[in-house]
Amino acid sequence: MKYLHIRDARVISPDQQLDQICDIYVGEGRIRAIGQKPAGGTIESTLDAQGLWLLPGFIDLSSYLNEPGYPHRGTIASETLIAASAGFTHVCAQPLTRPVADSAAVVQLMLDKAASAGYTRVLPLGALTQGLEGEQLSNMVGLRNAGCVALSNARQPIKDAYVMRRLMEYAATYDIRLFLHANDAALSAGGVMHEGPTATRMGLAGIPETAETIALAQILLLAEQTGAKVHISQISCARSIEKLRDAWQHGLPVTADVAIANLCFTDACVNGFDSHFHVQPPLRSEADRQALLQAVNAGELAICSNHQQHEIAAKKAPFADSAAGMAVYGSFTGLLMGLINRGELELNATLRALSSLPAAVLQLQTGLQEGELFNASLIDPMAKTGQGLGGKVVATFVDGYRSFRTDVDSKAAL
Amino acid sequence: MTTDPNQIQLTADGKLKHFLTIEGLSKELLTEILDTADSFISTQERAVKKVPLLRGKTVVNLFFENSTRTRSTFELAATRLSADILNLDISRSATAKGETLMDTLWNLEAMYSDMFVVRHADSGAAHFIAEHVTPNVAIINAGDGRHAHPTQAMLDMLTIRRHKGAIEGKVVAIVGDILHSRVARSQIHALNALGAAEVRVVGPATLLPRDIEALGCKAYYDFNLALRDCDVVIMLRLQKERMQNALLPSESEFFKLYGLTTEKLALAKPDAIVMHPGPINRGVEIESAVADGPQSVILNQVSYGIAVRMAVMAMAMSGQQASQQAAQQADDDAQGEASA
Repeated sequence: MKYLHIRDARVISPDQQLDQICDIYVGEGRIRAIGQKPAGGTIESTLDAQGLWLLPGFIDLSSYLNEPGYPHRGTIASETLIAASAGFTHVCAQPLTRPVADSAAVVQLMLDKAASAGYTRVLPLGALTQGLEGEQLSNMVGLRNAGCVALSNARQPIKDAYVMRRLMEYAATYDIRLFLHANDAALSAGGVMHEGPTATRMGLAGIPETAETIALAQILLLAEQTGAKVHISQISCARSIEKLRDAWQHGLPVTADVAIANLCFTDACVNGFDSHFHVQPPLRSEADRQALLQAVNAGELAICSNHQQHEIAAKKAPFADSAAGMAVYGSFTGLLMGLINRGELELNATLRALSSLPAAVLQLQTGLQEGELFNASLIDPMAKTGQGLGGKVVATFVDGYRSFRTDVDSKAAL
Repeated sequence: MTTDPNQIQLTADGKLKHFLTIEGLSKELLTEILDTADSFISTQERAVKKVPLLRGKTVVNLFFENSTRTRSTFELAATRLSADILNLDISRSATAKGETLMDTLWNLEAMYSDMFVVRHADSGAAHFIAEHVTPNVAIINAGDGRHAHPTQAMLDMLTIRRHKGAIEGKVVAIVGDILHSRVARSQIHALNALGAAEVRVVGPATLLPRDIEALGCKAYYDFNLALRDCDVVIMLRLQKERMQNALLPSESEFFKLYGLTTEKLALAKPDAIVMHPGPINRGVEIESAVADGPQSVILNQVSYGIAVRMAVMAMAMSGQQASQQAAQQADDDAQGEASA
């Protein structure tokens, strides 16, 4: 066997209780040894990773890849390349495409495009309802068979509790996983940011926390009744964590994630009408942000990017008129390292929230251990980027294949 | 990201170059606006009302939302400053043809416009234009969404000053639909900056936005209580669509609870004045006897409106010119250094 030899990296893999500077040997896509070179075989190439961190590959539970249908915003190739540059090896693609991913043909197209680009694995989320219109069930089994890892309505409203109940029942019949957004459309109608002092001062229509908590309570109760396998996508407020903890105490196997933006920013960022901070779910109060950070540190929430690239013109408009959504892959590493360096997130908890927790949701294998597929990234934690944020991904590996690399100064060997 | 509006609306030495919001402006600057407006009031009483401060300048009234009254006072103010004025009813021209807001504005800028007076249904629209679209055109905010209506607030301050002598120490109640009111938000900032003793906002919880007290005011649900010791009572217009939106049961119930009647007004100080940004709904938020009564200064507000808009336009144009000259000078210096 021929090996890729990565030398002197700080190998961090919390689930394996691994955090040490050592060598790692990869052959035929899998980790063959951590520490000593395995007997036999030859070293094909060596990467000097001194000063770099080798981390498990990140698994993104929500991203908008804009293909098919929105080439002026991005393509599967462009979005997965920048995802790989942020350390992601697996990206769940929301079905908000044109046409909507409610047919096997669209799903197949996405998988083909992803395979030919080769930057990350793309895990399609099929549309939960036809056309994402929230009324008629999609061909759930067909979508699962076409390769969808779960079904999502991409934050488009489900018509009512009746439809929600029926789609959960149907999905439960075939053990199909659902990614659900907790958002009561009537309570959030017209709102563009968190309802609070900033919204009041700026005169922007607010989205109350109850738009999320009421919808979440409904989802949790129906999940309990139907036995559906439910993951909650992007919670934004402290009260939602309380609702989830309550459900966990009752033994409900529900999981949840938070978007990186809600861990880094608050509604106060909207001061000055900066449309960059126009996101869904909205950025909420500092108390909410603290509660979300705490839940990540407690291992309760996965972190997703919720990356959504818009055309420039869609963001260049007065706040309420601008498109909601933030393109975060480009700044993801810097944002993440900022949270870690400020002590707001613990390193191990962060890595779990980006690898083992989402892997558990999707029933994937993850972690750096012998015999496993090599999905990982090498990060230079000290790198300075243009925005002055620390941290930069130097290389990303998908199933042992180096899908992304940057040339870094003295580390030209990479 | 610009979180401080004054980074956009003030020159390096603190002069107005756009007029976007009252928030963050100093007492001195607001007083300068009032003093300048006062000086224009005397010119308004002359037979020849024009002053040449904006001669040769082009002012464009950009009303993305209809408002005959506000537009007319801006038009008169610009005319009396000797500017050339262009009225554009954008709501049914350019954007209806699919042109973006930015393209429309760039076209107008290319016509050598010096000042845009902007009314727009989106909060932050004037900020957006000043920050991202045409920073070298002086932008006057004539009302953006629920956010701000600074010239209206300043004419209200001028009204209070002329009728009550000063704003310092006064107790002011703002009554009605605070939730949707850009006027109320601007008034709260102006009253606080100018030293009012207490600003009260009055209405049912459906019309008082969450955390409104963080702006520097006290929320009252009980109108009778709120009127006690008031020097100034400002009534806001109630839009009919509030009834359809489940915010209020009926006009009659609203009038019973928050309508200003002669009996209610008697609870305020005996010399209290009554104001309203107009247009008034008689019998909905205010009784005719009060609107037309001796304590009402509603029509005076309208005439002060022209003087205040003249003051703001003159000040912003002068600040904008000074800031462009400074930028030009810096450019020339840089070029001089480069060639030397």
